[in-house]
Amino acid sequence: MARQAALKREAHKAATDKEKLRGVHGGAPHSAHEIDRLIHERLRLGIISALAANESLTFNELKHLVKTTDGNLSVHARKLEDSGYVSCAKSFEGRTPRTEYRLTAAGRRALERYIDHMEALIGRMRNK
Amino acid sequence: MTSAYSVSVSALQQPETPPALHDRAMDNLRYIRETMERASAFTAVPGWGQVAIGLSAMVAAYLAAHQATRRAWLGVWLAEAIISLLIAGWLMDRKARKLGVPLFSGPGRKVAFSLSPPMVAGALLTVVLFRAGLVNAIPGMWLLLYGTGVITGGMFSVSIVPVMGICFVIAGALGLFLPLISGDWLMALAFGGLHIIFGTIIARRYGG
Repeated sequence: MARQAALKREAHKAATDKEKLRGVHGGAPHSAHEIDRLIHERLRLGIISALAANESLTFNELKHLVKTTDGNLSVHARKLEDSGYVSCAKSFEGRTPRTEYRLTAAGRRALERYIDHMEALIGRMRNK
Repeated sequence: MTSAYSVSVSALQQPETPPALHDRAMDNLRYIRETMERASAFTAVPGWGQVAIGLSAMVAAYLAAHQATRRAWLGVWLAEAIISLLIAGWLMDRKARKLGVPLFSGPGRKVAFSLSPPMVAGALLTVVLFRAGLVNAIPGMWLLLYGTGVITGGMFSVSIVPVMGICFVIAGALGLFLPLISGDWLMALAFGGLHIIFGTIIARRYGG
């Protein structure tokens, strides 16, 4: 009886561990228990973090801060823009085009949610 | 047998997955913090705050030039030093609060630690030079040491900040070795003027 109960516990534990892993590797940002894939990617997380520390940043400043190439940055910034986490304004400074990025309220909330999630993961491991 | 099996499974499972998750979460948080720190080092003291410091220095230079005694002259400049520190401290604190990061983490600490040693040295030398009656050498020494602090503090910031520091050092050296203008004019033009010029550039180029 006791053995069976122990087995059951193990099975349950394995299942929840699996669930946690799934939360990290995939899933939509809708559920509070799943990780936001949009900002889980390193470069996009960097863009969001850099913008969280500034009112706005130009394309070149962002490129310098997250240490990436023009192409990479524009692809990932576009993805964040499409999901409404980042807003982008294009203007001209004399003849040179200037692209300025800002974090939207949704983007800031997403970052906060992500940080909470990471802290919860760490807290759960500590309590074991 | 079964219980032995279940124990071995849990023993295998425990170190496998959870620490990996834990480490990744820690690493992600560290990355967020480092990126935010690097990004906010861009303008630890906002450009227009430097303009305000420059303007206060102009006023101080005017007041200092109209003092009858050397002691009163020194008093005006000491008051100006405190006012500048309060302006800088207040703006950095405001910015840190807005971003939700503690003032003395990251950029705030870098600026404070790189500026305070030359400022302490400057305070001690002020006493020495004042007692020795070498009052004319004091403004040049201030600029020299202030510039040194700005160069080292600005190493982590945008490249215009160390350039500003170099300009302070040059102004200080000129004041010490080629005293063409009075100490008050030197302070008005260098401490006042350079802060206004570079503050405006930083505010316009880096926003804030």
